[in-house]
Amino acid sequence: MKFHWFHLMPYRVLPDDFTQEDRSVWVDIPRSLYDPKVGHRLYNEYLDQLEFADRMGFDGICVNEHHQNAYGLMPSPNIMAGALARRTQNANLVVLGNSIALYNPPIRVAEEFAMLDVLSGGRLVAGFPVGTSMDTTFCYGEVPATLREKYLEAHDLIIRSWTSPDSFAFNGKYTKLRYVNLWPRPLQQPHPPVWIPGGGSVETWDFCVDHDYQYSFLSYFGYKQAKKVADGYWEVMARKGKEPNPYSLGFAQVVAVANTDEEAERDYAPHMDYFYNRCLHVYVGFVDAPGYRSANSIRAGLTGQIAKSGSWKREGLGWRDFVEHGYIVAGSPRTVVDGLRDAIKSLRCGHLMMLFQIGSMPPELVRKSTELFAREVMPHLRDLWPEYQDRWSPHRLPPEETAVAAPLERYGQGDNTDFAASISGGRMGEAVK
Amino acid sequence: MKALRQLHCGRHQIELYEFGHGEPLLYIHGAGGLFGFDPFLEELGREFRVIAPHMPGYGESTGSELIEDVFDAVLFFHELMDDLGIPSANVVGHSMGGMLAAEMAAFDIHRVKRLVLVTPAGFWLDDHPIPDLFSTDFKDLPALLFHNPRSDTAKMLMMTPDDPQVLTNMYVERSKRLAMASKLLWPIPDRGLKKRAYRITAPTLLLWGESDRLIPQAYAEEFRRHIRDCRFEAIQEAAHMVMYEKPNEFCRRITAFLKQ
Repeated sequence: MKFHWFHLMPYRVLPDDFTQEDRSVWVDIPRSLYDPKVGHRLYNEYLDQLEFADRMGFDGICVNEHHQNAYGLMPSPNIMAGALARRTQNANLVVLGNSIALYNPPIRVAEEFAMLDVLSGGRLVAGFPVGTSMDTTFCYGEVPATLREKYLEAHDLIIRSWTSPDSFAFNGKYTKLRYVNLWPRPLQQPHPPVWIPGGGSVETWDFCVDHDYQYSFLSYFGYKQAKKVADGYWEVMARKGKEPNPYSLGFAQVVAVANTDEEAERDYAPHMDYFYNRCLHVYVGFVDAPGYRSANSIRAGLTGQIAKSGSWKREGLGWRDFVEHGYIVAGSPRTVVDGLRDAIKSLRCGHLMMLFQIGSMPPELVRKSTELFAREVMPHLRDLWPEYQDRWSPHRLPPEETAVAAPLERYGQGDNTDFAASISGGRMGEAVK
Repeated sequence: MKALRQLHCGRHQIELYEFGHGEPLLYIHGAGGLFGFDPFLEELGREFRVIAPHMPGYGESTGSELIEDVFDAVLFFHELMDDLGIPSANVVGHSMGGMLAAEMAAFDIHRVKRLVLVTPAGFWLDDHPIPDLFSTDFKDLPALLFHNPRSDTAKMLMMTPDDPQVLTNMYVERSKRLAMASKLLWPIPDRGLKKRAYRITAPTLLLWGESDRLIPQAYAEEFRRHIRDCRFEAIQEAAHMVMYEKPNEFCRRITAFLKQ
């Protein structure tokens, strides 16, 4: 079983009257609410937390892309992953991910992911979300009716740019390029593992299964609500005669650990409230642009990350309701072990992406929850799914081939020998073809 | 006589309403499409042969994937006229349909005899931004579209069914229609008409609902600047859905203009 520490990087100091005064946390939220000096502190605080998660033994640290919002402050998660690559050594860099239909040409994403993969020594997970309706259609002006077609074309181009041994011409409908010739190319071969974060579009299941990608269902309404989506996914796997390998499914879950259940409620309740009520306060008209979801997905009635039904689902709900409905798994280590075992087994998922910094939660609480989880929860769940092989995690360089940030005080002295001397003009690149 | 019929048109199967006889009048609907209760069409059918297709992606009309931009849409209407054996027609277009009617008249000046643009889209003025129809929640639409959002007409057209199955069907159909419209209007309803509008030679009537809040009257001025033979009329106590709000007045003005 694999555990990942997922950061949204929310703006955690929105005013108390935010939901009364402003209609949406996304798209048209007033810019005046953002203070860059606060932002400076937050970015550094949040990167510290991800680096701490690396030290605490999490398998992956996750960042993702959102635009024009206070819910997640990473228009470019690649910048964060780049910063993390230098101060972490163990955890995989799970970028969940880049909304590839938004980039022109999309090989920009292939290039940046290749950079991250090379820089980190092969620790990258490449996430390709379609992106939320708010991010893609309203903030970035994509025509909803053609978004998915554009996404699929961008995907084909990126994969080909990573795997083609030679330069090629690409004649797409949305992108036309004479010379596709990626430098650098990714370290992992044939390419970094691809995870597809989804919000519950039925087409995404087929796409993942057909390409043997990991499907990550991102929802904040917990594992009980997610059962319908997981069942749908496993049904597609069964229909296509694929091995029901739990590692092919990831799930995002809000988690909070304290010494006792009571302490968890006392410490974390206000921050949950902030998350569910302020961070998810999205104007209903932005959630589902016409054409963003197919008729099939609408009829399937699946609710994703920021579900249309989100507001009624959380309205008037308190801590007990959040826990009872499984929106959050929170309490003493024992309570969390039981809750997560239930979640993992009922969904059949091998990768758990967990939010520990929730809404307005300050660093000392984030640290406590993370530490308790790593010491007193993770070990009890590690051994789940022993009969399956995780084919969706990165293959990094062995330690003896891995470069790390040099200690600056000794830079250029002693152990910093010129590795290039040993290559001495040969065509080593040819060997990889 | 009311007739809803189907015909093959190019690579499309098209569903269209046809009323009356005489000089042809092509009606091009707006982004929301026809409601199936559009009494002004029948009224215009007393004087003209009214042809009102559901555009691809609307109603039962197929092939929305073939319409990706203004050029495809104009070609579609030209093809439809060819298939109906109509070399030229009076064209009445509402909102998005007004933009397409203007484009038709600019592309081929021989196709359009007289042109009626009812609160047409197609231009963008920074000082008068058009509200974002696509993000407007269904419950807020009446206030945006009707002079009196509490009128019986507004209530009937904007009714939300209680039955969840009917509601889902309605949501799917609305989403399908606006998805098609998004290819012509998203995110800014300007596809370069200002570059071509000078070519329009057909006598043109700009018809507005006096209190239109979606496309304000400043846009009428902009159309007048671009189209040479152009007059403007406004109908009182009506807004963007003027043909539903004041059907008699609407038909009277159009008939008078087309019969000139």
